[in-house]
Amino acid sequence: MKFVDEFRDADKAHALAARITALCEPGRQYKLMEVCGGHTHTIYKHGLEDYLPEQVTLVHGPGCPVCVIPMGRVDDAMALASDPDVIMTSFGDMMRVPGSNGSFFDAKARGTDIRMVYSPLDSLKIARQNPDKRVVFMAIGFETTAPSTAMTVLRAAAEGLPNFSVFCNHVTIIPAIKAILDSPDLRLDGFIGPGHVSTVIGCRPYEFIARDYGKPVVVAGFEPLDILQSIYMLMLQLSKGTSTVENQYSRVVPWDGNPVALRAIGQTMELRPYFEWRGLGFISHSALAVREEYARFDAERLFSVPGVRVADPKACQCGEVLKGVLKPWECKVFGTACTPETPIGTCMVSPEGACAAYYNYGRLTRQRVREASPS
Amino acid sequence: MCLGIPGEVIEFLPDQPDLARVDVSGVRRVINVGLLEDDKLEPGDWVLIHVGFALSKIDEAEAAAALQFLEGIGQAYEDELAALAESRIE
Repeated sequence: MKFVDEFRDADKAHALAARITALCEPGRQYKLMEVCGGHTHTIYKHGLEDYLPEQVTLVHGPGCPVCVIPMGRVDDAMALASDPDVIMTSFGDMMRVPGSNGSFFDAKARGTDIRMVYSPLDSLKIARQNPDKRVVFMAIGFETTAPSTAMTVLRAAAEGLPNFSVFCNHVTIIPAIKAILDSPDLRLDGFIGPGHVSTVIGCRPYEFIARDYGKPVVVAGFEPLDILQSIYMLMLQLSKGTSTVENQYSRVVPWDGNPVALRAIGQTMELRPYFEWRGLGFISHSALAVREEYARFDAERLFSVPGVRVADPKACQCGEVLKGVLKPWECKVFGTACTPETPIGTCMVSPEGACAAYYNYGRLTRQRVREASPS
Repeated sequence: MCLGIPGEVIEFLPDQPDLARVDVSGVRRVINVGLLEDDKLEPGDWVLIHVGFALSKIDEAEAAAALQFLEGIGQAYEDELAALAESRIE
């Protein structure tokens, strides 16, 4: 267990922080984006910003799958679920996401048959047990969960299951990162790359960030020291003026990802021409749809989906938070009208959302003090 | 949903070789191991599990570190374990 103890070691964190501070050039500000919501969670849970020098700011990225689902897709799912022949299934994280007429939980309370599942394979079982119903799985997530949906569709096809389909909302991380890089709102110096997404896609897809945009990328693990180590690796590159992709999480992430998972996605899904992201708007080739060969498992082909666009609530600034332009507490409704119990925006719903992470771990006071004091 | 939770492979289901029984913090459930078909898994191996699928093979030290980390984050891991405990895919 020595390995664990090392990771728990606050002295190591302070030592890394000192090395990070030593790499800061006087007068220069460094903005590093952690793309993944899991990293955001670790950063606030362990107060990692407290270890960092004032010159280094962490910016929270769009890598929270629940947070980027636009309200229109929630309403579309709700329309599917309102069909009395349908049993809708969904991950727990999705249940509290507000649509224009409440969340899945609210609809369930009104009598709609929406069931929480741990795995898409649970939905298959529900379909087998309810042959007179049509089971629709609300598929969400980045490349971390897309392979499981793909494998489930393949299994349904192998079984010839007639009453199972997927309402596909899978999104891909690379176009979102590119949209942020192309956004004039924000200048970033480097990226802490997502860990679990990279177990699937590997590290090569990030090479354009280093090559075309000149920004370093370090794929990171989820332990506090993993993240500090990755920040150190980014700062080392910035001090040398280099930009490459490095893999700090090589104990889990293979450089080339998981080829079986990528094959399963490619076999069953294809890129949509465009997809709407909450706060980021329409992004080209940023989401997956079920391929025509598997049309009988595609809820969008089997049912009439309204496909409405719904503007986010005016008070909600999740979009700015997802792009890293606003800190969660700078949103007008943060912690007042919008809390984890009664979320207005998606960033307050998921434990990986930046707002929920801020709210739950009491970073609020310290941030306000820091922002108020002249640097 | 995005938490990768470590589990130890106990056995493979005899008639369905892409399904395996795993032990996650004392909870034994069946998961799909089809995404690791290139890794030649054996009982005693550790895997990181996402939504009922083993996504990567890890060593025991990494599993212990990941588990301790997850136990430290509290509610989110408890919710994930509770959801896994409800899962019946076989």
